[in-house]
Order: sequence, then C-alpha cells, then structure tokens
Amino acid sequence: MELIFEKSRQGRGCSLLPACDVPVYELDGSAVRKKAPRLPEVAEIDLIRHYSALAKRAHGVNDGFYPLGSCTMKYNPKINEEIAALPGFTRIHPLQPLSMSQGCMEVLKLAETYLCEITGMDHMTMQPAAGAHGELTGMLLIKAFHQARKDTKRTKIIVPDSAHGTNPASAVMAGFDVISIPSNAEGMVDVAKLREAVGDDTAGLMLTNPNTVGLFDKNILEITEIIHRAGGLNYYDGANLNAIMGKARPGDMGFDVIHINLHKTFATPHGGGGPGSGPVGCKDHLAVFMPGAPIQDAAAWAGADDQEMELIEKAAEEQAEELAAKQDAESKEMEKEAKDILKRLKEISGAEWEFGPIPALSIGSVRAFYGNFLVVVKALTYIMTLGREGIPEAAENAVLNANYLMSKVKDLYPVAYGKHCMHEFVLTLEELKKETGIAAMDVAKGLLDFGIHPPTMYFPLIVHEALMLEPTETESRETLDDAAEMLRKLLEIAKSDPDRLHAAPVTTPVQRLDEVGAARHPKLHYDFPE
Amino acid sequence: MEFPKDVLYMKSHEWVKFLDDKTALVGISDHAQSELGDLVFVNLPLPEDTVTAGEPFADVESVKAVSDVYCPVTGMVAEINEALLDKPELLNQDPYGAWMIKVTQVTDHADLLSAEEYEKLIAEEA
Repeated sequence: MELIFEKSRQGRGCSLLPACDVPVYELDGSAVRKKAPRLPEVAEIDLIRHYSALAKRAHGVNDGFYPLGSCTMKYNPKINEEIAALPGFTRIHPLQPLSMSQGCMEVLKLAETYLCEITGMDHMTMQPAAGAHGELTGMLLIKAFHQARKDTKRTKIIVPDSAHGTNPASAVMAGFDVISIPSNAEGMVDVAKLREAVGDDTAGLMLTNPNTVGLFDKNILEITEIIHRAGGLNYYDGANLNAIMGKARPGDMGFDVIHINLHKTFATPHGGGGPGSGPVGCKDHLAVFMPGAPIQDAAAWAGADDQEMELIEKAAEEQAEELAAKQDAESKEMEKEAKDILKRLKEISGAEWEFGPIPALSIGSVRAFYGNFLVVVKALTYIMTLGREGIPEAAENAVLNANYLMSKVKDLYPVAYGKHCMHEFVLTLEELKKETGIAAMDVAKGLLDFGIHPPTMYFPLIVHEALMLEPTETESRETLDDAAEMLRKLLEIAKSDPDRLHAAPVTTPVQRLDEVGAARHPKLHYDFPE
Repeated sequence: MEFPKDVLYMKSHEWVKFLDDKTALVGISDHAQSELGDLVFVNLPLPEDTVTAGEPFADVESVKAVSDVYCPVTGMVAEINEALLDKPELLNQDPYGAWMIKVTQVTDHADLLSAEEYEKLIAEEA
C-alpha cells in the first residue's frame, strides 16, 4: 500500500483548513524554518480514501472480539464520543480565562471526585498521558516523599516477577533499583520472600491486584503492611482495575499511590484509537508532592449566589423533615445521604472553579495543562452513564465472562494458575509446543484467520508459551462461545495439520510478518526520493 | 542440542570457559538461545565494570521478551564482544563461539555444572 507521501503530487491540496481570521504575525530570525516542511499534497478525496483504506486493514474493537489480556479492550460507547464532541469541550483553549471554561473545570473536578471514590484515594491528577506515564509520576511521588524526609537510602523498589514490564521500567526511569521477587506456586506474591526482601533501603512496592495471571492476591493486606512497616510506600498499577471497580478499593488495601488507565477501565478508545489517559491518585500524605495545580472552589462555597443558597437550604430542610418522619433504622443512612447531597451541591453547583497553588513540594508538571482533557470527558460520561450500580455490575460481568470462557477452554489448553479467575486468565501451551511444535504465537496467528484479535502472548513471563485472555464485560455469550469454538478448531489443526498453523494467518491483508527482521532492522522513517 | 565439554554451565543456562585461573569467557547456552528464540538486542556491561557471580550482568531481548543473563563468576569486565551489539543473531547461530564478556581478576564463581550434569538437567526439564 502506498504511503500518503507517495500519493503526494506538487500543487495538489484540499481546503480543510478555514481562512486565517487573526492578524498574520511574522516570526523573526532563528525561529523561522530554513526549508518548507515536506507535507504531503493530496486532494481531499485521495486523503479520505487513504485513511479509509488504512482503517479497513486494521482490526479494532468495533470489528470483532479483542481479548487482549491486561489491556481491557472493552467497547467504547458512542455516547462518550457524542459528549466529548460538544463544542463547549472542543472549542476551548487552556489559556482562555477561567470564567469561560467553568464547565470544563467542573468536568475535571467531578471526574477527580468519582475516581477518588472508586479507588479510595484522596487526590487525583489528570496530567499523565497514559499508564506508564502514570507509573513514572507515581514513582517520582514516592521518591519525593522519601527525599523530603531525608530518608535517601531508600533506593529500592520491589516488583513481583509477574508484574507488567512497565513497572520495573518506570522504577528505573525514576532512578530506583528494582528487586524482583518470585511468585509462589499459586501465582501470588511469595510473602516469605517479600519479608526477606524488605529493609531500610526499601522505597516501595509496585503491584497490580488482581495480578497478571488473573488472580486476586488474598494476602494483599499482609503484603502492603510488610512494606509500610519497612518504611516503604505501596504503588497500585491500575491496569487490572476493571475486575474490582466498585467492589474493592486499592486505597482500602493499603496502597498509597495508584494510576488508572481511563482508556482501559473507563471505556475510552486505545490501541491506535487513543490517546490514553493515566490519572494518578494518592493519599493525603503525598498530596504535597503532586504535579500541577489542584482545582478548587474559589470562595469555598461563599461563591454561590443567595438564590441558589436558599434553594439548597430549602432542599436540605425538606430532607430533614422527611427524616424526622422516619423512625426506622434507615434514617441514619438517609441522613448521611442528605448530607452528602448537600455537600455535593455546595461543591459542584455553587462553586466557582479556580486553580489553587501548586503543592509546596511538587515534583513539577509531568505534562502541559490538564492532560488529555477530552479523554477525561469520555471517562466521566462512562462513569455517569453506569452510575453507582452499573460500575460494580460491569466488574462482575467482566469476571463472569472471563470465568465462562476459561471454563470452556480449560480442557483444551491448560490454565496456568487457579480454578477461578478474575477478569482475565492465562493458558500455557508449553505441552502443546512439545507435542506438536505449535507455539502460542502460531495459535495467536491462527485466531487472526477467524477474525479474532490475538490474546496477549508470552506474558506474564512466569508462564511459558502463555496466552492471556481478557474478554471484558461487553462481550455476549455467543461471542464467547464462538471464540471457544475457534480455539477448539485451532487445537484440532495443531494436531492434524501443524504446517497450516505455522503458515497462518492467510486471510489478513498481510500474512506472517518478519518480526525478527522488524526488530533487528527497523525502518522508522520515510526516505524522500531526491 | 550441543553441550561442549570445555565449558561449565549455570542452572540459569549461561556458560563459562576458564582461559586460566583468573580469566574467563561468558556466554549463553545452546538451550538458552533455543528457548529465547531469535534475539534482536543485547545489552552488555562496560569494560572495567565489576560483575558478581549469580547476579545479572547483561540482558538479551527476543521478540517475545527481555531476559536477564546471570554471571557465573565474580571479577572485572576486561572486554565485551562488540560484534553482538550489531549482530545479536550471532548468539543464536553460534552460542558457544559468541562469548558475551571476558572477565579478568576472577575471585569467585557460582555453582557450576559439568556438561554431563547440565545435559541431565535439560533432559529432566523437558
């Protein structure tokens, strides 16, 4: 397929950009380019056809089943896109007066409030652009915490050997040394080994729970306490939050700092459809190190006008009267609810939003302004669409779907750990490879011929010939049945006609790619013909 | 699968060849390169770095994963095999010829296996 640069013809173009409606400003001297950039020159129709053709050659969650483990490729509801496309959200600039962007400020504050509630954290920054960026931010918070206490010998971050590869990478990027601790026979953190590993040089622990073999670590409270007692902090990798959202909170498990992937758990697009967003949350004791300025109510709640005050007070009085009429045990609960509503009204409706001072010991901004704002709009839309009941129900269905699919394929391919899983599970094809020469890679490629995106392969590293499947809550029983049937067929082919699987995929726009060649001799740029 | 007798092995699939009491070459075994698959990147220490028996001294990357390589001996890196940096595939093609580092001032070594013992270990794992 031709690149857009190869389609370019001098002098062609399209009128997608509006005429300039501001005075032209001439740059001087050093800021001016010496040569014009070599942008492709194509007509609008050729441009559209180019991207349409590219889209046809891609496989997204809108095209078919996408059980990519630890990536939570759930459906991205279209209402999220509709809300994020509202002009009030798109036709703004981060530097325009705050009085003109109060709605956007409210979105950020509301998203922060909900995400804090879901994760059990006290503060949240929307700056990090994606998960690994969030991890780095979290590691820098932990580093700043120890440095502020002049506890500089804490240089080691403990990471289980089942961790996402980004965990040790982020810790090293933040200047820590990484200690890897083994998993036990059940796929959980080996608590005895963890005890041996901690000391006065422990800066913290990075953990995801449920972990990458799809199991909830039942020793989680003991694990986080071991780290706290040693003087370290606990970091929660939010990649697998989908399994527990609305059911259990990292903040209650003893974690001090977390990142969330809005593009996984909160249904915003990723995998080529991004950008992502990796908000970082922390407990109060880390707030003083957070990046960026927090959003706050300008005059605490004195900003609300009198009429609004009256309305809110009246509503509260009515609630109180209703309460008095109730004598049963429910009344306490209702009283709390009424207070919460009043508080929420004060905080949200009556507020005039402004930026507070940058935290005194802030690690500094990790990204300009407020991160990928429109992704936050989509995630907030998702949270508000599902609501208090829908959020935990989504987690339940994610776990149910994973267990359903696992139970259908566990007799075909052995499951690495456990009888039940959370939101994902890991198969091992080690025996199959010995028996037939068919590796996890071949089965993954075979799935492509059935229109299914491959699962995560060769991860976690503690499982040989691993395939990690995460169906997510949005898949129907029929889709899961079909996927199980395809995996059964592939096993049959592996045993009867392994060469056919070695050659897969054959129905895709490109066949088996030379992954080794691509890694050894990557071609990362286009050479213009001179 | 080859198990040359002029080198000693670690359980974690590295080999060491003593040139004399104080000097040794270190690489990965035939079994290791076969399990890792086609290697696409090798990260080596710098000359004059110290290495410790039983600790990682390098990492190798295949299209599947990045793996640590453990050092069979304690000493100082005298030389690295720079050819591997451009051609990591040499580790696949000739695992016992493609040494990774040359260590001098060797003072200690990890638990090492003979070719027979290592071959037995691989047979048991399979």
